[in-house]
Amino acid sequence: MTDFIEPQKKFNVENSELDINSVPFEEVKQPGPGSLLEQAKGFWVTFSTMFKKNQTVQYPDVKAPTAPRFHGRHQLNRHPDGLEKCIGCELCAWACPADAIYVEGGNNTPENQVSPGERHGAVYQINYLRCIFCGLCVEACPTRALTMTNEYELADDKREKLIFEKDDLLAPLRQGMLAPPHPMYPGMTDTNYYNGDVKESHPSQNLNGQGQK
Amino acid sequence: MTTTQDSAVAVELITVVIDGFEVSVPKGTLIIRAAEKLGIQIPRFCDHPLLDPVGACRQCLVDVEINGRAFPKPQASCTIPVEPNMIVKTQLTSPVADKAQKGVMELLLGNHPLDCPVCDKGGECPLQNQAMSNGRPDARLDGYKRTFEKPINISSSVLLDRERCVLCARCTRFSEQIASDPFITLNERGALQQVGIYENDPFKSYFSGNTVQICPVGALTGASYRFRARPFDLVSTPSACEHCASGCDMRTDVRRGKTLRRLAGDDASVNEEWNCDKGRWAFKYVTALDRLAHPLVRNSEGVLVQASWPEALAAAAAGLKGKRAAVITGGRVTTEDAYGYSKFARIALKTNDIDFRARVTSDEERDFLATYVVGSSTTYRDIDSADQVALIAFEPEEESPIVFLRINKNVKKRGLKVSAVATKQSIAMDKLKAEFIKVAPGAESAAVLALSLTPKSVILVGERASESAGLFSAVASLASKSGAKIAYIPRRAGERGALEAGAIGNLLPGGRPVADAAARVDIAAAWGIDSLPTQTGRTTSQIIEALSANELDAVVIGGVDANDLPNGSHVVAALKKSFVVCLEIAPSSVTEVADVVLPVAAITEKSGSFLNWEGRARAFDEAVVDSQHRSDVRILSMIADAMGESIMLGTVTASAREFNQLGKWDGARAHFTPVAAQGPRTLSGNDALLTSWRRLLDMGTLQKGEDNLAGTRRPTIAVISQKRADSIGVLTGQQVRVSNTYGSITIPVLVEDIHDDAVWVPRNSFASQTLIALNAVHGDVVTVVKA
Repeated sequence: MTDFIEPQKKFNVENSELDINSVPFEEVKQPGPGSLLEQAKGFWVTFSTMFKKNQTVQYPDVKAPTAPRFHGRHQLNRHPDGLEKCIGCELCAWACPADAIYVEGGNNTPENQVSPGERHGAVYQINYLRCIFCGLCVEACPTRALTMTNEYELADDKREKLIFEKDDLLAPLRQGMLAPPHPMYPGMTDTNYYNGDVKESHPSQNLNGQGQK
Repeated sequence: MTTTQDSAVAVELITVVIDGFEVSVPKGTLIIRAAEKLGIQIPRFCDHPLLDPVGACRQCLVDVEINGRAFPKPQASCTIPVEPNMIVKTQLTSPVADKAQKGVMELLLGNHPLDCPVCDKGGECPLQNQAMSNGRPDARLDGYKRTFEKPINISSSVLLDRERCVLCARCTRFSEQIASDPFITLNERGALQQVGIYENDPFKSYFSGNTVQICPVGALTGASYRFRARPFDLVSTPSACEHCASGCDMRTDVRRGKTLRRLAGDDASVNEEWNCDKGRWAFKYVTALDRLAHPLVRNSEGVLVQASWPEALAAAAAGLKGKRAAVITGGRVTTEDAYGYSKFARIALKTNDIDFRARVTSDEERDFLATYVVGSSTTYRDIDSADQVALIAFEPEEESPIVFLRINKNVKKRGLKVSAVATKQSIAMDKLKAEFIKVAPGAESAAVLALSLTPKSVILVGERASESAGLFSAVASLASKSGAKIAYIPRRAGERGALEAGAIGNLLPGGRPVADAAARVDIAAAWGIDSLPTQTGRTTSQIIEALSANELDAVVIGGVDANDLPNGSHVVAALKKSFVVCLEIAPSSVTEVADVVLPVAAITEKSGSFLNWEGRARAFDEAVVDSQHRSDVRILSMIADAMGESIMLGTVTASAREFNQLGKWDGARAHFTPVAAQGPRTLSGNDALLTSWRRLLDMGTLQKGEDNLAGTRRPTIAVISQKRADSIGVLTGQQVRVSNTYGSITIPVLVEDIHDDAVWVPRNSFASQTLIALNAVHGDVVTVVKA
């Protein structure tokens, strides 16, 4: 089969237009220890580091805190009475440059009041295979429902597990919050909610008799 | 509307200067439209080309100068027609106009809530867009905005958010000028002005969805699309409406394989940007019905079991090959599918026993269709230029709503005369100011013959004419006597296409009469076969009788509900003893007794076309791609292949191409033999003659799954005359029982203008399904008593 291999053309110096003798030759000083002092200077850096604070941590046994405004996993926040802040407006999905967010809105009814006002996010998914953690979704959110946490451990062994549903993203219920759906705070409108007039849940909102946290 | 006659008349052109550019437009053109012609966009909210100008929103202010004299202030360009020597400066060249527009926008936004994130219009909102293009970048108004309770249901399918309203009056003008349903109006004055409904009268209009579509802000929203998606989520496909024969151009918006909404398309020659609520909102049946996913075959124990496609096709082929078989297609298949059924019957089954009319029919109707309807082309334009329109066995608002809108437009614009031969006064007749020619059920023919029409008149005859013997003959005679044009308007979208495709016993594709040897040779040559069956085929009812009497062994049924046929239980019994191959989207009374059930694609999952009542092709693409279902024609082609009798129609495109290549028949039409009308009948006691028709919104299968739409159905009532009410002693609102030996219907009564011999009940409404409950059709004798 060697017949089919084209013989390699050798570079012919004689035929070349390049005159190798015309290239100016410059002597380069080789690196290396010039003197014992210089050698000792170099080792001093190594030696002095032994007495500095260690930057390496034993992850995952030890976890160093992130910068306070680190862009980590998203969180869907709640109003102080537990109602969700997300209104399902899809502005985050619209803003997302990576098309990582999928939202479907839903109608709030007296039986199923999930957020203040008329509208809530019925389906909320963030695909962390696509998310680039740019935070444009957080900027777009009109109700401050979507923020980012400092959680960065977002690796898993299945693609499906990296599509986070609303349940995975919702903030935990804190002191004074009731799990929605439940009615809005008596006498308060959605505007009051946005203005921060609602500070905690009201006993009348507790329809399911759930223990107040 | 410029017709061919009108364009012959020279239109007076006026030249105006807009922003330094000259443009010549016909006299009477509004400045805003003349500017559009130059590509200059003047912002507007209230202006709509199909509604009368009103100048309500003031957003389109421009500087106008005529003969060197300028108006002292900017003028609304949507209300001023162009005049000679007019110089217009829009916001692009006049700082005054620009400032005026910005000022108006600021005032509009002064009370408009900033709830765009929760508003359905967000992302496709003219107010959002024009606030960006022609508004101030920041707000100067401080303080509280006007608030109203939000939202209020003005009907079960339309919601009103008065805070968002910019008082453009598009919705109220539509209701008044186009639909003639003045249920919504502007109330109060000044800052409190708002759109309102009459307190005791909900906004029950068959056209309410259009107000949602033309609302330039999110004040009117549809209940079923509420909060479902944003415009950027949706993939839009141009489509055609599958509900009636009006043939509306539509747009189907799909999100992730699910249809979320349908909008009226813009086709000036058909639906003119409007459609009816059924076309707009009744699409959920595709997902709401328990769809068939796999072929089913009846096994040796007589149970329908899931089967693979090759098994099912082999079973169908084995049951049909060499047997005496017929075909019944409902009126809902596309033209391409109907052509497939037509070819399948002739080649694979070697018969002309095919009928697309799955309803009450007559032989007279079939002959009438072959002589006067197939290949005819009466159009909406003929209604526009008619001097009189006669409605015969046709209730336009209920049975073809866009035809109603077109007649209504002509009644409003030029006082078109409408005459209706009917048993009962109706809401549509009121709106059309129609001359009501009252007849007893079955006695329509004499009244039709007495009509005096001219060659410029149009006779609109509905499919219900088949329920009154001699009525089609009377229509034919009236047309030949007066020279008036006939328009046959069936109720279902696929009927005209099926007629043209030859899915009927006396016609081959393209309107070629079966009885004509030349026509048969024509088709046989095109199909590459030696000969075609020569005998005129059976009609739907004859096929059922033949199955029952063992004169036929098998039948192929596509999209038929046995309850649409008279005597449904008899139909089911006849099917049960025969070999039935059923092509359906969901389980029905027919699939239950079928031997092979083959699932087919619903309308959103396939491409194809319908022919509307004009014979105009309304093509559509598949809106939901990647569906697992295929169109009927492909499945028929596979059965034919399995039978060894190829019809070579593997795709919808192949079917469309072949059908179009056949062309229309230019030979002699079949001769129409008139049928004598029934003589007058005498009634005794509480007996009455039943008259009924289907309402637009009723118990129809294609309206399943849409509860908001069902809320706008008209109430189920029985209608009787004052004389009958007195004799049985009931008042409007009390219950009556309409009965015969088969069964009875008990519903509230309305005393109205109806023939004394008649009682009207809706044909397929809640609590009043006459074919199921009474097994009675138009003209049958029933007893009406107080319940």
